[in-house]
Amino acid sequence: MNAAADFSQAGELVCPAGTPAALRTAVDAGADTVYCGFQDATNARNFPGLNFTLPELEASVAYAHARGARVLLALNTYPPAGKFDLWRAAAANAARLKVDACIVADMGVARHIATEYPGLRLHLSVQAAASSPEAIRYYCQHFGVRRVVLPRILTIPEIHAIKQETPCEIETFIFGNHGLMVEGRCSLTNWLTGESTNMDGVCSPAGKVTYEEDADGGLRSCLGGFTIDRFAPDETAGYPTICKGRYAAPHRPEGYYAFEEPVSLNLARLLPDLMGAGVHAFKIEGRQRSKSYVRKVVGAFRAAVDAIRAGATPDLADLVALTEGQKETQGAFQTKKWR
Amino acid sequence: MTDTSAHRTPRAALPAMLPSAPLRALLQPVLARVVRRVAARHPGMFARIAPYQQADFLIVATELPFALHLRPDPQAPLFRAVPRDPLPAHDARIEAPFMLLLNLVDGETDGDAAFFSRDLVISGNTEAVVSLRNALDDVEGSIAQDTADLFGPPGRLVLDALRRRAAP
Repeated sequence: MNAAADFSQAGELVCPAGTPAALRTAVDAGADTVYCGFQDATNARNFPGLNFTLPELEASVAYAHARGARVLLALNTYPPAGKFDLWRAAAANAARLKVDACIVADMGVARHIATEYPGLRLHLSVQAAASSPEAIRYYCQHFGVRRVVLPRILTIPEIHAIKQETPCEIETFIFGNHGLMVEGRCSLTNWLTGESTNMDGVCSPAGKVTYEEDADGGLRSCLGGFTIDRFAPDETAGYPTICKGRYAAPHRPEGYYAFEEPVSLNLARLLPDLMGAGVHAFKIEGRQRSKSYVRKVVGAFRAAVDAIRAGATPDLADLVALTEGQKETQGAFQTKKWR
Repeated sequence: MTDTSAHRTPRAALPAMLPSAPLRALLQPVLARVVRRVAARHPGMFARIAPYQQADFLIVATELPFALHLRPDPQAPLFRAVPRDPLPAHDARIEAPFMLLLNLVDGETDGDAAFFSRDLVISGNTEAVVSLRNALDDVEGSIAQDTADLFGPPGRLVLDALRRRAAP
């Protein structure tokens, strides 16, 4: 275990990095831990031009460890039959490069790592959608999972109750994309594009996305040839994902957000409550975002967590400009009445 | 994919003192020098855009009377000024105010946020645009500053003036 791999302090800030430059930016901005992925289907942000080669990850781990930060490798997709070698190779490289933990969703991947690399720490991805004490305990008992990333469907009292009945650390998202649906089981992209979020790591693959301007200045976002939203000239836009598409229905012929809205999670004001509920680590979403986003969001939350630890009231920066659709929510964390 | 859609924002008259054609002719050697410099200093970025090294990107600054054509071929990088009316055939188009484009290239502004606010408009091959964005975002340091340095004190003066003009 490297000197940086001490996960004991609560309030850990877990930050995204899609490129080596973003990883260095996150570490320099105060991330305790950075998570990233390889340039293949083993992670759920398998986007063009994004992610790390082996030499890049090796250099990035060295950079982080030299500054007391940790690196987690996302292996959080589900290997389809006949393609296990890609995930086996990624696990072997994770162990060889001494990443501090792997974030897994699939039981087979978890078992493989637990068996072949027993010293490699396992975190359970939000993609596993483990939302009950029974489910979480199963992963802990059978695969030695040390931390669970909770789905974004639980209130803070529910998180507190789960913490009382589980033997592992709890990590929750605090900022970023809020496409929750049934995490790890969403097949909407497969249905429209033939590519799988959960097995290929591509939700709304960019190669199937087009944006078309209408004569009046409106913007249509299309996926696989289907229009999934149309933004008026003065309306903010969102990601081109089906779950955040706007659809006409017999009872809503004008079109409405049938599943979810283009809005980002922002739990900045709930950080003290989350810590009180026993949340050990705070996750910032956005490996697909720029290093500018990483610098601003990580910096803001670093200052907030430090203030809370010092018993002060955090001075929370306004991050709404970085949110999807320039709208933010506390989602289910605040109330089950959300949507 | 070829996108020949018309540009969205009417051009403003930032360098209106010269018609587009002579201005473009003046700029071509400067732009060629800039792209050679960036390619030489940041060779790693080409790996991230490997499938689109032969793609033709049109970068349209809303205030300028011309567009910029980029082909990120590591062997023969191309960066030149082209007419806006009509735009030449291209694989992808990226349009925004000049300073926003500069800040995006320099990693000072988040591209997704600029897209959400509708200040940044893209069309054509989205995968090519995402690849280019990620390749540029992995560049350490400031491409704008590198470019300004290429032209010594006058270059730095121009960049400083542009940044002051764009400051809130």
